[in-house]
Parts: sequence; C-alpha cells; structure tokens
Amino acid sequence: MNKDSGRVDSIHNSHAYKLMTASNHSPQQLHQLLNNFQHSFPVSTTPYADMAMQLGITESELLAWLEDLQSEGSISRIGAVFRPNRIGVSTLAAMAAPENKLQNIADLISAYPSVNHNYRREHHFNLWFVVTAENQSRLDQILLEMEQQSGLRVLTLPMEKDYHIDLGFPLQLVTNHA
Amino acid sequence: MLDERRLITVLQHGLPLVSRPYAAIAEQIGSSEQEVMAHISAMKNRGDIKRFGVVVRHRKLGYQANAMVVWNIPDQRVDELGSCFGKFEFVNLSYRRPRRMPDWPYNLFCMIHGHDRDDVLNKLAQMITSCQVTDLPHAILFSTHCYKQRGAIYIHDQSTQQETTRVRCA
Repeated sequence: MNKDSGRVDSIHNSHAYKLMTASNHSPQQLHQLLNNFQHSFPVSTTPYADMAMQLGITESELLAWLEDLQSEGSISRIGAVFRPNRIGVSTLAAMAAPENKLQNIADLISAYPSVNHNYRREHHFNLWFVVTAENQSRLDQILLEMEQQSGLRVLTLPMEKDYHIDLGFPLQLVTNHA
Repeated sequence: MLDERRLITVLQHGLPLVSRPYAAIAEQIGSSEQEVMAHISAMKNRGDIKRFGVVVRHRKLGYQANAMVVWNIPDQRVDELGSCFGKFEFVNLSYRRPRRMPDWPYNLFCMIHGHDRDDVLNKLAQMITSCQVTDLPHAILFSTHCYKQRGAIYIHDQSTQQETTRVRCA
C-alpha cells in the first residue's frame, strides 16, 4: 500500500472541523469518528452506543453530532455502499454540451432521480454523470430519453471491471496549526 | 420472510439515526431486527455491499480537487495497470470501461482526490512513476463544478421524487 507520508490534510479548514469546534467534541474524536467507522462499523443492535463508547461520549451526544454532520454535509449518510451492477445497473455517461447550453443541459440531467452524480469536467466531453436503474432496459430507456430531450448524443461507459480496493477515505489529523 | 427489494429501498437512504436502527428498518419493512442484520451481513459477504459505515463527503473535508484520469492502455495490460493504480490510497476508483471509437479511446479510469490541483498532479506523477506508464496516453479531467451528488438510488419509491429537490453538492 502506498503511504503518502508527505501529505497534510487540511481538515482544520473543513466545515466538519468548524462545526466540531463549535460543539464539544475534540479534533481527535472527529478524526476517530470519520476514520474508524468508514469500514469497521460495529455489528450490533446498538451500533451508535458502541461507537459512542469508543469515542468516549454518550449515545445521544453521538446521534446529535451525526445529525449535525449530516445536515451540514460532511457526512453523506451512514450505511451501505452497494457494489456497482450488483443491485440494479448503472453506467457512467458523458455529453459534449455547447458552452451556452451547458447549464440547461446539466439541469435537465440532474432532474432525473436516476442520476446521482453530475459534474462538469475540463474536456470536450464536459458533462459527466452516473445513471442507475433497476434493470438494463430501464437504463437504456432513460439514456434514450436524455438524448431526445437534450438533442445530444450520450456516451455510455459502463464499468467492465473493478480493480479498486475500497479503503474508504483516509484522513490525517494535523495537530500543529502552524 | 425478508423482502430484499424492500430492504434495499430503505437502506439506500442510509441507516436511521436512532438507538436501534436495524429494528427501525425491520419495522418499516415488516421484518425482524435479527433478520435485517443477518441479511445485511449476507449481502456484505457476497459482495453486494462493498462497504458499510460512515460515508463522508470528501470536498467538505478539505479534498477540494478531483480529477478523473483516463488512459488508453493496450488490452493485454489493462488488468495489470488497473490493479497497480487501484492500490494507491488516494485513488478511490479504478475501473475498466469500453472504448467508444472514434470519440473515446480511453479504457481505464481512475479517480484521484487531492487538496488542490497540484496535489492531484503530484499524486498522478507518483502513479506514473510507480506503475511505469510514462509512455501511455492519458487525459486528466478535473471537475470544475458539481451539479448533483448523492448516494445511488436503485429502486425508486415516493421519497425519491422529493429527494431530488434536496440534493446537494459537497
């Protein structure tokens, strides 16, 4: 495993950090919460109580904290990351939208409940999004509809093979502000 | 008997923030706490669930830059290099995808997150050196705007329609 020892995470500038400093939790607790529980989520009927114990806070404090982190946006959710194409089907898709139409087309694409990510990227193909559906025929139907509504071709790039080992998102705590 | 479709429908929105979240899910889908927990474990074991835990938003946590790096790699080397790229901890996706000629010659996709552009480019340079791919054509697609970002919704229910109105970008 590559260890990027020179990296300094700017967690102190993050929203989570600002939120945390406004609450009663220490930077170490935030670090622990975000690092330790991306994978090893306790397997028990009361996972939050178990997490709280490890963090040295009460269950109700943890639940309130998680709610804050979630509504503020540092945490997307607690739960399952489904493997692509195991539950339903999905594909990465791209469009080359003319600059003056990009915002409208981006809005059109985002409006689909089946779209979960939609980004502008620096390329001739400037709009990149992921479409998920229950099955392939529904997915094809959505993609066709997108082409008809936008008047643009959709480049579909479904995953064929996954080489990545998901380790979650490692965060390093900077203890020295200077 | 647990209905997997109903479990996924509820689970894709996240685990409820209550003392006994599995019991709360069980109540919603007419199952038992033990059955829900056992079924989630089974889905993890058979690989349908890749990871279970806290899902963070990298942008909010100081990772401001992300680039999709795409490579045009000879077919016989894709597995070798896909695995090599996938081992870096800052690469959080390494997928083989089809080429779409003539528009799209790239068949291997990596996602690199960093604090800023230079950080991402340094990480990319590290990958190029370590995996010895200096001679292979690639393109770096930095994201410049997020229009929508949330967890994947595979099965749509009534809450999905409302959900689209409160989707945010990190």
